[in-house]
Amino acid sequence: MNLKVDVQEEGHSRVVYLNGEVDVYTASTLKEKLIPLAEETNKTLAVDLSNVNYIDSTGLGIFIGALKCTDKSGSTLKIRGANARVKRLFEITGLSEVIEIDTEQREEA
Amino acid sequence: MEETKLSMYQLYKEMLNDYLQHKSEHVLYSAQQLSKEMLEKDMSPEEMVSLHISVFKEMVEDLPEEVVDSFELLLEVMIGYGLAHREFMSLRDRQRQLDSELNVAAQMQESLLPHEEINLKTLDFGVISVPSGKMSGDYYHYIQDENGNMGVAVADVIGKGVPAAMCMSMIKYAMDSLPEQRLQPAALLESLNRVVERNIADDMFITMVYGSYDPKKHNFYYASAGHEPGFFYNADTDTFEELETKGLVLGITPKVHYEEFSLSLEPGDFVVLLSDGVTEGRTEGEFIERDDITKLIRKYKHLPAQDIVNQVFRELEKMQDFHLRDDFTLLILRRNV
Repeated sequence: MNLKVDVQEEGHSRVVYLNGEVDVYTASTLKEKLIPLAEETNKTLAVDLSNVNYIDSTGLGIFIGALKCTDKSGSTLKIRGANARVKRLFEITGLSEVIEIDTEQREEA
Repeated sequence: MEETKLSMYQLYKEMLNDYLQHKSEHVLYSAQQLSKEMLEKDMSPEEMVSLHISVFKEMVEDLPEEVVDSFELLLEVMIGYGLAHREFMSLRDRQRQLDSELNVAAQMQESLLPHEEINLKTLDFGVISVPSGKMSGDYYHYIQDENGNMGVAVADVIGKGVPAAMCMSMIKYAMDSLPEQRLQPAALLESLNRVVERNIADDMFITMVYGSYDPKKHNFYYASAGHEPGFFYNADTDTFEELETKGLVLGITPKVHYEEFSLSLEPGDFVVLLSDGVTEGRTEGEFIERDDITKLIRKYKHLPAQDIVNQVFRELEKMQDFHLRDDFTLLILRRNV
């Protein structure tokens, strides 16, 4: 399974559109793109998961790495468009308490 | 060595002679057998071509110069194959060495897990933990204190294999260094979180659930650090309920407060703790749902706890065609009386 990563400027925020599965095989692709963006200071970084059906724990680790980076750089990390399964993962791990998760974009794939 | 070469020379000569005269299938078969023997003796392809030239020259007088020359060219070409073969051999040796190191490490890791038998009239306890490879990123723990209270834990390190296994040993040693807080789930997770946060890479994390059972009050207290929720089986209503959990995974920020929950166990009630390898397993692209797990546990709930976890594992392994995608840990603690 592949992962496509598209970065777009939308107003004051950067939006990273993901398409595919974020797992142990694709995590490094995401890390290479996401971490440099998270290191930029005072930005809003949104990750759109509307086209992601599955995230495994290695994939989740990349979001945690990005969160730690944005905390250091004074930027904000947001997640949007997560489906029910992905959203549950963020909730169980308690990450929904520390990352802003906007689920209005979609209910279920 | 010279002797081997000599006998090889003789053998090959007879074989070639036989083949040139009778062109029989069985000689071709012997040639195949010979090549296996030569591989065992580390004979390179260019040595083989060279052997062929010398034998052939002796057998056929006045061999045309072109034929001899063509073999010389073939010999040069074979040198490349010979190098590749030697590289393969040295990689194979290294692979064997790595395998044996990994086996030792896996044994060491296995020794980090508790092995004491739990013999309690009040409690029925069972646990199974199987890595998807040789090393595991799952960890479980159980302990009984002097008052008969029992502490249990399941932890899951992100990823699998060696990095996860190294992290897992950190959890074990960190827990050993916090004896005074044993059996106090929330306090224990808070202490562990501080250790993990200091010692872990930015994109690593660990999830863990810790519970303690008080056999006098029949209460099960637990706290979770972002761990896959377990189940509570209510014998009276014959239903499974998902354990209420809330709490951040270990290793994100140093100051985290964990909430402690408690359950009252009646005789026959039990608590199920598991790692997400149990629920992240997939069969032909389909996820194994949490309902599937409870159905399996229900199927075997008349058995002792250890047999339940063994049977559930066996069935889930079968459902995944015997290829675990992730490390698997399942633990059951049941109140007997």
